[in-house]
Amino acid sequence: MSDMMDDMEGGEGVVKKFMFVNRKAPHGTIYALEGLEVVLVSAAFDQDVSMVFVDDGVYELIKGMNTKGIEVKDFSKTYRALDGYDIEKLYVEQSSMDARGLTEADLIVDVTVLDSAEMASLMAEQDVVISY
Amino acid sequence: MPMVEVAGKSFEVDEEGYLTNLADWNQDIAGYLAQEEKVEMTDSHWEVVNFLREYYEEYQIAPAVRVLTKAISKKLGAEKGNNKYLYELFPYGPAKQACKIAGLPKPTGCI
Repeated sequence: MSDMMDDMEGGEGVVKKFMFVNRKAPHGTIYALEGLEVVLVSAAFDQDVSMVFVDDGVYELIKGMNTKGIEVKDFSKTYRALDGYDIEKLYVEQSSMDARGLTEADLIVDVTVLDSAEMASLMAEQDVVISY
Repeated sequence: MPMVEVAGKSFEVDEEGYLTNLADWNQDIAGYLAQEEKVEMTDSHWEVVNFLREYYEEYQIAPAVRVLTKAISKKLGAEKGNNKYLYELFPYGPAKQACKIAGLPKPTGCI
């Protein structure tokens, strides 16, 4: 983390590839919401940011969420604001979707679906991978 | 949490004076919060405040200034979607002041 801050302060014009990997269901832990907020903040640094949704993380993007019963904020609509923050690279993993019976039509934002091998090579290209 | 009373109704605010419960918001509390921020509300101010409330309704966050100016530019025109215009209306920062008056939490991604 300290390396990341040094680069941002010292290296003007240096753009790194940051990937934020979301692996957890949206509610029950704070990871999904906190992870989303970190991404929104990261947008201010003009870096090359992408978000990945794998495993239960794909549930974060489910359309038509209703959180009334568990009395927490429904932040699923906030994923739709990412575009306005110039974060347009959203990827989901095909096998994670298949295992949960989901298709792109079930998701609240436009995503790129990748198979596991494509996902692995995309991860290998990154300068920084942060996983939640 | 501190409480403020405006027009016979009590409102809960946080330690920085932001309204705690978005649903409590009305014109009276907005007027009070504006006064606290020393902002004299005109139609132009209300336009931005109402825009922010609509943005929050749609996305469930208060936008960062950069995102706000871009979104305003898109909806209300470039002559309003720029820092100069917004800072003239809200000298201490459109994110901080306009969001507060609109009853929203502090903007995400604002540093």
